[in-house]
Amino acid sequence: MMKVWVVYPLRVAFASVPAALIVSALAITFLPPSVSFWVSGAVSAFSAFLFVAYAWGRHAGGLLVAPAIALLFCMNIFPLLWSFGLSFFHYRANRLAPPRFAGLHYYEKVLSDPVVWDRLQVTAKMVVLTVSLQMVIGFLLAMLFAKQFPLRRVLLILVLTPMMLSFVAVGAFFRYYYEPTFGLVSQAVRVFTGEPYVLLQSAAGATAGIVFADAWMWSPFVMLLVLAGLVSVPKYLYEAASIDRISHWRRFWSITFPYVRSLLMLALLFRTIEAFKLFDVVFLLTEGGPGTSTETIAVYVYRVSFQYFKTSESAALAYILLFTVIVLTNLYLYFANKRNRT
Amino acid sequence: MADTEKKSLADRLGLKVHSGVGNAGWGRTLFAGVISFVYFFPVLWIILTAFKTHNDALAIPPKFIFTPTLENFVSVFSRAYSAGAVAQDTGFALYFFNSVFIAGTSVFLALAIGTLAAFGFSRYPLRGNDTYLFIILTTRMLPAIVVIIPIFLMFRVAGLSGTYIGVILLYTAFNLPFTVWMMKSFFDELSPDVEDAARIDGSSDRRVFFKICLPQVKAGLAATAVFGLILTWNEFLFALLLTGVDTRTVPVAMAQTIGGDIGVRWGLLAAIETLFLIPVIVVTFILQNHLLRGVTFGTVKR
Repeated sequence: MMKVWVVYPLRVAFASVPAALIVSALAITFLPPSVSFWVSGAVSAFSAFLFVAYAWGRHAGGLLVAPAIALLFCMNIFPLLWSFGLSFFHYRANRLAPPRFAGLHYYEKVLSDPVVWDRLQVTAKMVVLTVSLQMVIGFLLAMLFAKQFPLRRVLLILVLTPMMLSFVAVGAFFRYYYEPTFGLVSQAVRVFTGEPYVLLQSAAGATAGIVFADAWMWSPFVMLLVLAGLVSVPKYLYEAASIDRISHWRRFWSITFPYVRSLLMLALLFRTIEAFKLFDVVFLLTEGGPGTSTETIAVYVYRVSFQYFKTSESAALAYILLFTVIVLTNLYLYFANKRNRT
Repeated sequence: MADTEKKSLADRLGLKVHSGVGNAGWGRTLFAGVISFVYFFPVLWIILTAFKTHNDALAIPPKFIFTPTLENFVSVFSRAYSAGAVAQDTGFALYFFNSVFIAGTSVFLALAIGTLAAFGFSRYPLRGNDTYLFIILTTRMLPAIVVIIPIFLMFRVAGLSGTYIGVILLYTAFNLPFTVWMMKSFFDELSPDVEDAARIDGSSDRRVFFKICLPQVKAGLAATAVFGLILTWNEFLFALLLTGVDTRTVPVAMAQTIGGDIGVRWGLLAAIETLFLIPVIVVTFILQNHLLRGVTFGTVKR
């Protein structure tokens, strides 16, 4: 005898797809947009729900997972598909004109646009600088905090605070510190040179300023990961090393480092993905200037979509960005799994 | 057992074991203290600026010793917009409430939905389990800018932009991936024996979940909630584009207080940030031990 669960929901799920399509089509034709949106949203969520419930079959698991999948579908996957669709149409979010089909026009345009390549280069430069600085500072901080000492907990909190600040505060206050007349940096330099120091007005200075602020904010993150690696090294290895009278240098490279390496990779990937999306700090600190020398790709996409309102172009651009991030995420998962296995 | 047998060979030989970990004395405290102070200095300066008058904040050379004033904290909530005018309510009380309300509700929702999902993923794995989990993780790794255009359009069509429901739903989705991954890692760690025993005794699935599994992951729930709170608390881009006048959160309101370079009231801005930072610092201090697990989505365990 076949169980009801096995046959029944799948048939219902498949039947729900055309039903959902018809209902949403009717809703879009006859109802005002603000209502039809909800109708079609609810119908497609319900249909997705049925499929997920089936995927877990007889288990209650499907019902457990379905709400989460449904919400993510509405708030992430659906907008994602929408913007994928938009990237093939001529469309501007601030005009009433209906979308016209454009094919691969925008992808061609974006990929052959020297401006985009320039922004990608700026981003790459920023990512390399900030991530490598974070790795070094984070590693050194972790070495410092690896041992137990009095007041360690309190001092650790002091170092971790930058990570907890809001981006707005970091952006705004680093602008305050870099300010030529009353900023702290400028005043400190003036003690030695006698001249006010203008940091954010040259391309190199602005890049350095952003990199410094970002690295300051996120080095504690690298520190946390490295700390976990340092603590996980079994003590007997160090004992064996001291019995064999191995040099400090060799002990570091052949005992400590291998334990930290995988976590360091994890930190590297996590920070690269995040740094690739660098938006808030740049936007608040320099707004991409001077000129466009610090305009990262994320800031550029923001400008294209919300200042020039070239919605389709920004959608195509965003997809190229997304592709890169997915590749990075895959790498991240590969390393995460590798670590869990060992 | 005799104590000598527990001692390692190195100890018995009287060799000094150099390792990265272990105990260090007050000397290390002093050194770490100096480094931490330098590292913490920009934050300290923000806090100091919050207690300065406008002139002190712009003083050349910078003032380390000054008469502290609470004027800035008062003017966060009510101030005169032009000289001589009557002090007006700035609405910051509302913005603080919004931040707390939006972050709180969305974290609670994400926790409710995400914990169920994590339990499903952990206990009823099926073909395609990893794919679902991967998709969930990818949604968190997306540059916000990719989804923000369609969400912006979607919210405009649905009349959701500027409402609490819209932002809360969005933040719930924003917190979900993290919640699912983290709670799954906690559920995976539980010993299945107790559950099996309960099942054999005739407990239903629901009873197993609520009476056996959930109490065991209390610490995980707390840690997840707090990380969700921190993530949502400081979120800026979505809040900037999708909140209205009445639903604005503190980071957006703070960004709007900035304005030009010279005209900025740094003391005021510092006061806002100081107030905004207190809850996060307190919570971080309490949950320091779970911190690592939180920032890495539960993939790294201590």
